[in-house]
Amino acid sequence: MSFVAATDVVAAPPAPERPWVVPRRTQALGVATLALSGVAAIGIVLVTGLAGVDGWAVAALGILLAVTMVRTARAGTKERIDAFVRLAITAGAVLAFVPWISIFGSVLIKGVPGLHPGYLFQDMRTTVPDDELNVGGAGHAIVGSLMMVLIAAVITLPLGILSGVYVTEIRGRLTFLVRFIIQSMAGVPSIVAGLFVYTTFVFATESFSGMAGALALAVLMLPTVARTAEEVLKLVPDDLRSAGYALGARQWRTALMIVVPTVRSGLTTAAILGVARVIGETAPLLLTSLSSNNYEWTPLGVPLASMPTYVFGLLQIGSEYATTRAWTGSLVLLFVVLVLFVAARKTGGKDRR
Amino acid sequence: MAGDWRSSGASDAALAAAPPQRTVVVRYDSADRIFRGIVTGGALVSLVVLGLIGAFLFARGAEIFSDFGLKFVTGTQWSRGSDDGIIPDEFSIGPMLAGTVIVSLIALAVSLPLAVAGALYLEYYCPVRIRKTMVALLDLAAAIPSLIFGLWGVAIFSTFGERWATLLSERLGWIPIFGSEFGNFGRSPFVAGCVLASMIVPITTSVAREVYSRTPRDLVDSCFALGGSRWGAIREVVLPYGRSGVVGGAMLGLGRALGETVAVYLLLNLVFRFNYRILESEGGNVASLIATKFGEATPYELKALVAAGFVLFLLTLLVNMAASAIVQRNAPRA
Repeated sequence: MSFVAATDVVAAPPAPERPWVVPRRTQALGVATLALSGVAAIGIVLVTGLAGVDGWAVAALGILLAVTMVRTARAGTKERIDAFVRLAITAGAVLAFVPWISIFGSVLIKGVPGLHPGYLFQDMRTTVPDDELNVGGAGHAIVGSLMMVLIAAVITLPLGILSGVYVTEIRGRLTFLVRFIIQSMAGVPSIVAGLFVYTTFVFATESFSGMAGALALAVLMLPTVARTAEEVLKLVPDDLRSAGYALGARQWRTALMIVVPTVRSGLTTAAILGVARVIGETAPLLLTSLSSNNYEWTPLGVPLASMPTYVFGLLQIGSEYATTRAWTGSLVLLFVVLVLFVAARKTGGKDRR
Repeated sequence: MAGDWRSSGASDAALAAAPPQRTVVVRYDSADRIFRGIVTGGALVSLVVLGLIGAFLFARGAEIFSDFGLKFVTGTQWSRGSDDGIIPDEFSIGPMLAGTVIVSLIALAVSLPLAVAGALYLEYYCPVRIRKTMVALLDLAAAIPSLIFGLWGVAIFSTFGERWATLLSERLGWIPIFGSEFGNFGRSPFVAGCVLASMIVPITTSVAREVYSRTPRDLVDSCFALGGSRWGAIREVVLPYGRSGVVGGAMLGLGRALGETVAVYLLLNLVFRFNYRILESEGGNVASLIATKFGEATPYELKALVAAGFVLFLLTLLVNMAASAIVQRNAPRA
């Protein structure tokens, strides 16, 4: 070693070998195989009885299987099994992801024709679902949804934070129980939450209302908010708590003025995720807030429109224009979910230093 | 972790000389006690709400349970009697309960392999470049409202589902569950199950991905070091390590499928008959029964619907409690 260094000081060190990196040639070969089998599969679909996208996928998978078989013909059993498993897992993953991509695509394609400038502001008071698509809109439903979701968030956020604080700060005997209950509550079917509010709040007030819808949504939202709040509160380092105690702060001051503010944006994320969880819930609203065709600005006493029930109602009419309106409503709904989701990512990233 | 400083290099002599550890006494003053009380109260609200849901549904449905007894769960009729009471009301949810279980089991059977494959792919096969996008897509998919899944199922998927169902029935029709009486394959439990499967795949996949990613890296690496293939490492280390987590995730998905309302409502013809043929276009589940009958129910029928909700609540609560027990038992190993 020292000999080499003495004679040839300026020689560049040998390029580090990276055996785990797949060579470009192999990568290109893989892509080429995929593309070729795709094209060949089109041929098969045209010639034989297989039809449609699914037939094409089956044909392509068959070809890839054959290719794998040929390529590993001379390899050992271990390599061959490994190659087939890789193919199977990739195919399974593709099959898992395709429906979601298909949903995004179809909502976009079928929803856009129903969009017009007034869609977000007009209501359906003077419009029947079969009218031309350039009149009427979902403004009332958007307002209703926002109102209910906001009320639900105002109810659940403090409760969610409290149960997160209980698990991370109080650390009492009930920690396990609280977690367990929240987990189980996450599984309460949405229609059961609707029935519950119906048998209590709607019975008591004797009217369907936005408030009832908000309460039902709150039941569904609480587990999400509580769990996320707990997760972010757990990220607060114990040093901060010790520092608080060392400064002479009591537990309540430490918790409320140090721990909770530290994860402020994380708690915002919790609220956003909770909203994203319930914004598209339909079933509970069918039993609590019903729907309406015009703007309502009060959460009490009158049925309130919402995006999901708006879409649901249009779907039940089933005519062409109504269905297009429903797709457009879904597009708006999906867009809102997407925005919430991006917002959650953005705010969630801030706490981590 | 605790007490590490004692053993890290301290000799016995030094240990003996170390002053005895002080016992820490925690005293809460009144402000703290109020604070702790409020927080504990807030944390227990979820318990109270869960209890209230059960109690109220049971109380409102009690009349039905005492009128019909066990027959409410096993009977096959949902019919309103005549107004004069000569033909009595008869409410029972047998076929719907069976339908709930059948559709959910189909969803589970379809989703589990896909979810495991998806999670393994994301953790061990996916090119690094597209991995982040795929994970974001997965998280987003978990937030797609079930209404949109139902809409997509009716408009897009049903064509495929019907074709697959026809194929299944032609080839495997001799197996009773794939048999068909009418040769009409649209709007069947099979199609609904497949749509529900794509709805619960994100849930199961994210849980599975999380447990798979917690597999100790050393164990996987030593598998490779011993000359194992990637599949070898997955089969011997990753899958056994993540098994209970995946089971828990699958049960969470099952719980979601059991209570699904709107998608099933849109995808299935509600027919009140025990139907074990999953390709036949009839079925339904308890949740969609409630949504269907709610609008024009008589007061007594409404009580029956609440009772049905109570049964559904119990069913999902059991599944979810089992799921969270399994997941939590698995968690501390991380």
